[in-house]
Amino acid sequence: APAYHLILEGILILWIIRLLFSKTYKLQERSDLTVKEKEELIEEWQPEPLVPPISKDHPALNYNIVSGPPSHSIVVNGKECINFASFNFLGLLDNPRVKAAALASLKKYGVGTCGPRGFYGTFDVHLDLEDRLAKFMKTEEAIIYSYGFATIASAIPAYSKRGDIVFVDRAACFAIQKGLQASRSNIKLFEHNDMADLERLLKEQEIEDQKNPRKARVTRRFIVVEGLYMNTGTICPLPELVQLKYKYKARIFLEESLSFGVLGEHGRGVTEHFGINIDDIDLISANMENALASIGGFCCGRSFVIDHQRLSGQGYCFSASLPPLLAAAAIEALNIMEENPGIFAVLKEKCKRIHKALQGISGLKVVGEALSPAFHLQLEASTGSREQDAKLLQEIVRQCMDRSIALTQARYLEREEKCLPPPSIRVVVTVEQTEEELEKAAATIKEVAQAVLV
Amino acid sequence: MANSGGGAVCNGNLYSHKKWDGSQNGNCTKNGIVKKVQQNGKPHFYEKPIVESFEEAPLHVMVFTYMGYGIGTLFGYLRDFLRNSGIEKCNAAVEREEQKDFVPLYQNFENFYTRNIYMRIRDNWNRPICSAPGPLFDVMERVSDDYNWTFRFTGRIIKDVINMGSYNFLGLAVRYDESMRTVKDVLEEYGVGVASTRHEMGTLNKHKELEDLVAQFLNVEAAMVFGMGFATNSMNIPALVGKGCLILSDELNHASLVLGARLSGATIRIFKHNNMQSLEKLLRDAVIYGQPRTRRAWKKILIMVEGVYSMEGSIVNLPQIVALKKKYKAYLYIDEAHSIGSVGPTGRGVVEFFGMDPQDVDVFMGTFTKSFGASGGYIAGRKDLVDYLRVHSHSAVYATSMSPPIAEQIIRSMKFIMGLDGTTQGLKRVRQLAKNTRYFRKRLNEMGFIIYGNEESPVVPLLLYMPGKVAAFARHLLNRKIGVVVVGFPATPLAEARARFCVSAAHTREMLDTVLEALDEMGDLLHLKYSRNKKSARPELYDETSFELDD
Repeated sequence: APAYHLILEGILILWIIRLLFSKTYKLQERSDLTVKEKEELIEEWQPEPLVPPISKDHPALNYNIVSGPPSHSIVVNGKECINFASFNFLGLLDNPRVKAAALASLKKYGVGTCGPRGFYGTFDVHLDLEDRLAKFMKTEEAIIYSYGFATIASAIPAYSKRGDIVFVDRAACFAIQKGLQASRSNIKLFEHNDMADLERLLKEQEIEDQKNPRKARVTRRFIVVEGLYMNTGTICPLPELVQLKYKYKARIFLEESLSFGVLGEHGRGVTEHFGINIDDIDLISANMENALASIGGFCCGRSFVIDHQRLSGQGYCFSASLPPLLAAAAIEALNIMEENPGIFAVLKEKCKRIHKALQGISGLKVVGEALSPAFHLQLEASTGSREQDAKLLQEIVRQCMDRSIALTQARYLEREEKCLPPPSIRVVVTVEQTEEELEKAAATIKEVAQAVLV
Repeated sequence: MANSGGGAVCNGNLYSHKKWDGSQNGNCTKNGIVKKVQQNGKPHFYEKPIVESFEEAPLHVMVFTYMGYGIGTLFGYLRDFLRNSGIEKCNAAVEREEQKDFVPLYQNFENFYTRNIYMRIRDNWNRPICSAPGPLFDVMERVSDDYNWTFRFTGRIIKDVINMGSYNFLGLAVRYDESMRTVKDVLEEYGVGVASTRHEMGTLNKHKELEDLVAQFLNVEAAMVFGMGFATNSMNIPALVGKGCLILSDELNHASLVLGARLSGATIRIFKHNNMQSLEKLLRDAVIYGQPRTRRAWKKILIMVEGVYSMEGSIVNLPQIVALKKKYKAYLYIDEAHSIGSVGPTGRGVVEFFGMDPQDVDVFMGTFTKSFGASGGYIAGRKDLVDYLRVHSHSAVYATSMSPPIAEQIIRSMKFIMGLDGTTQGLKRVRQLAKNTRYFRKRLNEMGFIIYGNEESPVVPLLLYMPGKVAAFARHLLNRKIGVVVVGFPATPLAEARARFCVSAAHTREMLDTVLEALDEMGDLLHLKYSRNKKSARPELYDETSFELDD
C-alpha cells in the first residue's frame, strides 16, 4: 500500500482518539453560577413593596358611612338624606313582612349554614326559593348562589371553555368581564347595543368556520348581554338578538340584575317586556340584591342547562350556601312581588317623571332610557381630564348631600375595566320616593349644577 | 400577660411568648403547657413534634380500587351504548328541538363520569336538612324511584342525626337562643339587604365595628370584611399581584385560591404539599434566575398556603415557611378558612398554634363560615395593605357589602370567643374542641383506620378508597342516624376517596362514643381497617421529615 495512505489513516485514527477523549463543551456562552454568586444574587434581590402606598385623601379611601338602615331615608355621615343611591327599586329593604320572614328563619335555623350545598348545606328554604324562582320566571329550574357577583362570574366559565367564542357587549359589567376572564375563551366585543356590528362579527366567524369545519363543529358560541345595562341604563334589543341567535346558531346568556323585578308587566324582566318566549334564552342570571332586597343571586333556565352548574359552578360547589334568613327574606319579597303587580307600573311612572324633570340641566346630560330606574348623569362637555371631571361631579354630589339628597358617583376600577365609562353620578329611583321628593331632587340637582358648572 | 397555671380570660390579647414569669430554670408555664426558653431570646418555634401521617394503603386495596373504577367504566360504556341506541330509556334532560343543530353544549366525554359513576351514588350528597346545623340536626328523607335520576321527598324527617359533616367547629351555629338577641335587634332595625357597594352607599357603621373587632382578634393593624369567603380570595389576589409577579402555591390549595391566582395574571408555580425542600428550590430558582425568558427580576413573590387543609387535615408548616420567606424576601398569604377559631390555645389560628408573631405573616385571610356560624370573609394585615384593598379590591367596588345581621352574628361570636362578653365560655369551647379532636383521632387510630393529617387538626379524613364502599359507608351510617360527608373524585385523587369528619366543640363525649362504635362496626362490616401501624407510645417514629428525638 502506498505510504501516504497509511500515514493519512494513522493521523485520522489519532484524531478520532483525541476527539473521543477530549472534554465536551456547551454551546451556551454562560456557564453555571457558582454557589457564591447565587448567594450574592439572593442577598441583593429587592422585591417591590407588597402594596404601593395610597395617599390619605384618595377619594375612594373615605367611604360614606351610613349609620342605620340604608332604606328610603338614610343617615349618611351623620346627615339625614333621601336615598337616591341604593338599588332598592321596590322599596323592600325595610318592609316589615320581609323582616318578619327573616326573623322566623333566624329563630329556626340560626344564621350560618356551615357547609357548601353538597355537604349538608342544602336547607329546605333553598329548595323552596329555587322552586319559587323557577315558577315565577316560568322556567324549569333555578339555582341559587350566595353572592351576586359570583353568580354570573361562575356561570359563564361553567359552559364556555378555552377555544369557545363569546360575543359580548362593550358596556358589560365587571362581573361578566371576570367570568369571561376565568373562562379563557375568545372574546369578541361588539359596540354597545349595535346589532349591525354584532352581525358583522358573526358573519366573520361564519367565514372562519367554513375554512375549518371540523373545528367549527366543536366550538361553542355564546352571546352575553345584559337586560338593563348598569353602565349606560339602556335596554338590550332582545328580539333582534333572538333572530341572530337562530340565524348564526349561538346561545344567549342574559344578565338581568337590574331588569329583574323592574321591567315587564309582572316584573319578570326583559323577556316579558318584549314578549319573548323564555325558552329562547338559554340562561338568565340575576342577582337578588337589587329588586329582591336580599343578598345572593340566581340563574334560571331549562334543566338541561342549569343542572350542569350544580357540579361545575365554582361559586356553587366550593362555597358555603346562602344563609337561610336571606333566602327566607327573598321568598317573602317574591310573595310581595306576586301579590301586587301594580308596583311595577308605579315604578315606571316615577322613572319617566324624573327622567323628564332632569332634562335640560345645563352642563349635565342624562344617560339612560326613560324606563330605567338606575341611570347616570354625565358632564355634557368634559374638561379633558378624568380626574377633573370626577372632582366636579364629587362637588355636585357633596352639595346635593348638604341639601339632603343622597347621591353617589358611579365607581369603577379604572385600571381593570376593559371599556371604562366616563365619570358620572348615579341616580336611582325607587317606588318609595314620593312625587314631591322627586321634584325636590330634580330641582336640587338643577340648582347645584348651575352653581358648580357655570 | 402569662398567667401561671392559666385558665383566666385572655382579655382579647394574643399570647405573646416573649413575656414569661421568672420561674425556675427559665421555663415558661402558660395554660399548663411548659415551653423551654431559647438562650438568646430569639422567638422559639413550636417545640412539640409535629405528628402528621399520610399512610399508604396496602397494594391489594389500590388494585381493587382501580378495578372497581374499571368495571364502572365498562358498564358506563355499555349503558351509554344502550341509551344511544334507544334500547334503554334516557332519563337525562335533553336539548331543545329547535336547537338540535347548534354545537352541543356539553362534550359527551365531559359528562361520562357524572352520568355513569357519580349518578349511581349521588344520594350521598346534597342531602337537604331542615334544622340548624348544630351537633344534632334533622335530615329530610328522600327516595329515588329511578336509580337516582330524580328524587322525591317522602315527607318524613329523620330527627336528631349526629352531625359529623358540617363545619361547626365551635358549635356556634345553633337555633336561636337568647344570646343571639343582638342579631334579632339588628335585623329588625337594619333589615336584611344593603343594595349598594362599599364604595357607593353600602358601608354601614356595623361594618366598621366588625372590621375593628377582627383586627383586635387577630392582633393586627387593620382588617376588611367581604360578603363571601370564596369571593374574598378570587377578588383580592388579583388586586395584590399582577403580571410580572410570581405566585408559589401549595399543591392542594382550595379552588378559590387557584381561581384568584389565575385571574391575577401572575405566573404560578406549584410546590409539593407542605414540602419545604420543594418550596425552597422554587424560591431559589425564582430569585436567582428571574422571569423565564427575559431573566428580569420578579416584581414580587407571593407564597400562598392554607392554615388547615380541608381534604387532608394537615396543618401548614408555618415556622419553616416564615424562615424561608424571610431569607428570600417573599410575601406570605395564609388562608385560614378552617383554622381560625379552631386551632391554637385561644382559637386565633395557626399563628398562635405555633406561638409565632403575627407580624411575620403579610396577608391574613379567613372566612367566618366555619367557626363563627355566619358567612363572609376577611383580609387582615398591616394598615397600608388594608387601605390599598379598600381602594382597589374588586369586591369593594362592584359587589354588595355584607348583610347587617350576619355582621352582628360575627361580632357576637367573636366577642364570645375572645371573652369580651364577660364569660370564659368561649375559651372553654376552644379547649373542648381540642380535647374532642385528640380523643376522636386517638380512638380512630387505635381501631386501625387510615387517618390523614395532623394530630391537632379538627378535620379528620378517613380513607375509604373504593367507590362502592364510599356509598355503602354513607348510607349505612345514615340508617344509624349519623350524618357523614364522603368525598370522591374529582375533589380528591381518583384512588383516594375518603370520609371527612369535622369534630365540633358541641359534640359531647356520648355522641362521639356513639359515632365511634358505629364506625367500629362499619369498619368490620366493610373491611376498612387498613392501617398496618398500631398506635405506639413513641409518636416521633411516625414523623417522616425529621428523626430528631426530643431530649
